[in-house]
Amino acid sequence: MTQTIITPPGRFSAPNLREMWQAREVLVRFGMRDVVLRYRQTAVGVVWVLIQPLVSAGIFSIVFGQVAGLSSDGKPYFIFSYVGMLAWTLFSGVLNRSAGSMVGSQALISKVYFPRILVPLSGILSVFLDFVIALALGIVLLFVYGINPGWPALLLPVWAVLIAFLGAGLGLAASAIMVRYRDVAYVLPWIVQTLLYASPVAYSVSAVPANLQALFNANPLAWFLDLFRWSLLGTPAPAGWKIAGAVVVSLLVLTWGMFVFQKFEREFADVI
Amino acid sequence: MPPSTPAVRVSGLGKTYRIGLSGDRPTTAVEAALRWARNPVRRGSHELFDALDDLTFEIPWGQATGIIGRNGAGKSTLLKVLTRITAPTRGRIELNGRIGSLLEVGTGFHPELTGRENIFLNGALLGMTRKEIQRHFEEIVDFAGVTQFLDTPVKRYSSGMYVRLAFSVAAHLETEILAIDEVLAVGDAEFQAKSLAKMRDVAKDGRTVLFVSHQVQTVTALCTSAIYLDRGRLLYQGEVPGALDLYRRSFEKFALEQKDPRSRPGSGELRAQAVEMGDDQFEPDSAKTVLIHMGKNPDLVGQYFVSCHINDLNGSVLVQCDSRVVGGWYDASSEHTVKLTVRHPWLKPGRYTVDVFVCKTGVMDAWEGAAGFEVLPHNPYPELAGDEALSRGLVLADFDYEKS
Repeated sequence: MTQTIITPPGRFSAPNLREMWQAREVLVRFGMRDVVLRYRQTAVGVVWVLIQPLVSAGIFSIVFGQVAGLSSDGKPYFIFSYVGMLAWTLFSGVLNRSAGSMVGSQALISKVYFPRILVPLSGILSVFLDFVIALALGIVLLFVYGINPGWPALLLPVWAVLIAFLGAGLGLAASAIMVRYRDVAYVLPWIVQTLLYASPVAYSVSAVPANLQALFNANPLAWFLDLFRWSLLGTPAPAGWKIAGAVVVSLLVLTWGMFVFQKFEREFADVI
Repeated sequence: MPPSTPAVRVSGLGKTYRIGLSGDRPTTAVEAALRWARNPVRRGSHELFDALDDLTFEIPWGQATGIIGRNGAGKSTLLKVLTRITAPTRGRIELNGRIGSLLEVGTGFHPELTGRENIFLNGALLGMTRKEIQRHFEEIVDFAGVTQFLDTPVKRYSSGMYVRLAFSVAAHLETEILAIDEVLAVGDAEFQAKSLAKMRDVAKDGRTVLFVSHQVQTVTALCTSAIYLDRGRLLYQGEVPGALDLYRRSFEKFALEQKDPRSRPGSGELRAQAVEMGDDQFEPDSAKTVLIHMGKNPDLVGQYFVSCHINDLNGSVLVQCDSRVVGGWYDASSEHTVKLTVRHPWLKPGRYTVDVFVCKTGVMDAWEGAAGFEVLPHNPYPELAGDEALSRGLVLADFDYEKS
């Protein structure tokens, strides 16, 4: 017989992992719902997932590679920015999906109880599926360009999971704050847009003037882009501190996001 | 089930809401930051509202307990706290089993998903494991009667099918404690009867049902004990008739308090001064007249309208008479009287109350229980028959039969 004790929430509450595990079915069903809806509603389905990074990479290689003539560390500009878009889409997809999820699930949250954190987390599943499909095309492109990244390719799943953590941490915090302050919904897309250009997605950090490089290198997303390119394009391995930093920062941000979320959680049903 | 421990034990439970004085709580981050920058120390001023206060009770296993009380007594809040949708502010709740809730049917149903997909999604949300859903899948589909449409998106379902499927999933919850809020008022009569029977079975299994309803009939039919709440406090726990008696009497007490305009809700720009019936007693089939003596407010821009409800003793709203639908717009430049005449339907013998709402763009005066009247125990029909000929239904109709 399970016994549940309900008491007023304390100031800080860590997410209840046992409860989350018991409710894993909710996570799975939410994830399936997102995937099914995505691929059933839009007739183009998979094609859409592929067109987005392809077109962006194409535009970037024209604008930055041809017009601006920036360096791409010796790799063909198209595949260089395609890989950048892969990492970026994963990050921003997870962030955007989870950030809007709480406000989007108001009806649910005021009607039934389940660990609320599953709402923003479930968005990750469908974004990951999109990533895998786009990655498959990326691998085809590697063959076309005759690029063999070698053994670092084995580490790609690690980077993918970590960058998703980074996005999820920010998304969790944003989703919770958005419940109380709706204007965050307008500010966030602008921040994401700014980040896209502030991160070396479509260009290489080496193309940045030397006096600004330190600033660009302080951006964790830049480390991840280096890691993705190392694992997929065989560019030189990033400095050790970038690898360590990527691991530590993404885990820290995820933990921080969870705590922010938990702090706001107790008043969700009352505010929404 | 261990008989020694109750299913639910609640002690000192309280839930306090902070109600910001209009627009006090910042709703945008920018506003919050500005306010903080202006005055980092000051905490926002707010009023506290006790939706629940110091509730202590136990519910034993196998009981179907009705939670009754007037609007705003805290019934729904209690259910929400018990089902963990919202957290309590004080006190402690002990649930000796899993709790499932049916606060609204079809929670999480997505119109684009098929019936099958929705059963799994909804089931998971209600706290079922995949195995439980699979085990009950056939039953759920049978109970709802939607076998042929399992792979159709539910947006193509008729509203009846949709509700039946949603209820059916919830009805097959295997939790030891089940919380229900007014969901039985769905579907056609046949399905309602079926749902009612299902709910009764749940309690017979030794499980525990908590039931919030405004419908006295359903509480009487379903519950074995009841809790009566008044403004967040527990006034009674025990047999159903005792609680219902308190509930009915609360209307009279309430009517007395509402005589004072200051205690009534509404903006107060214009208030009714007195409401009287054309008569204290009426025949079932006679026209009922209500006289509303209005105050004046020469500054009121534009015209206002009136809406009256006639309620029976159980609090069901029998008719709503809104003056707008008959072109009744009035001018408040001087004191005046507005007269309402209700000819149909005929009313059954008994006591009735009248609520009066004076509105313009918003409600200016909400006077619940503004007047009461009695309908005499006479038979309005040409022939006499036993009591059972008139006992069903809420009102009487002017009807006849003809053979052709």
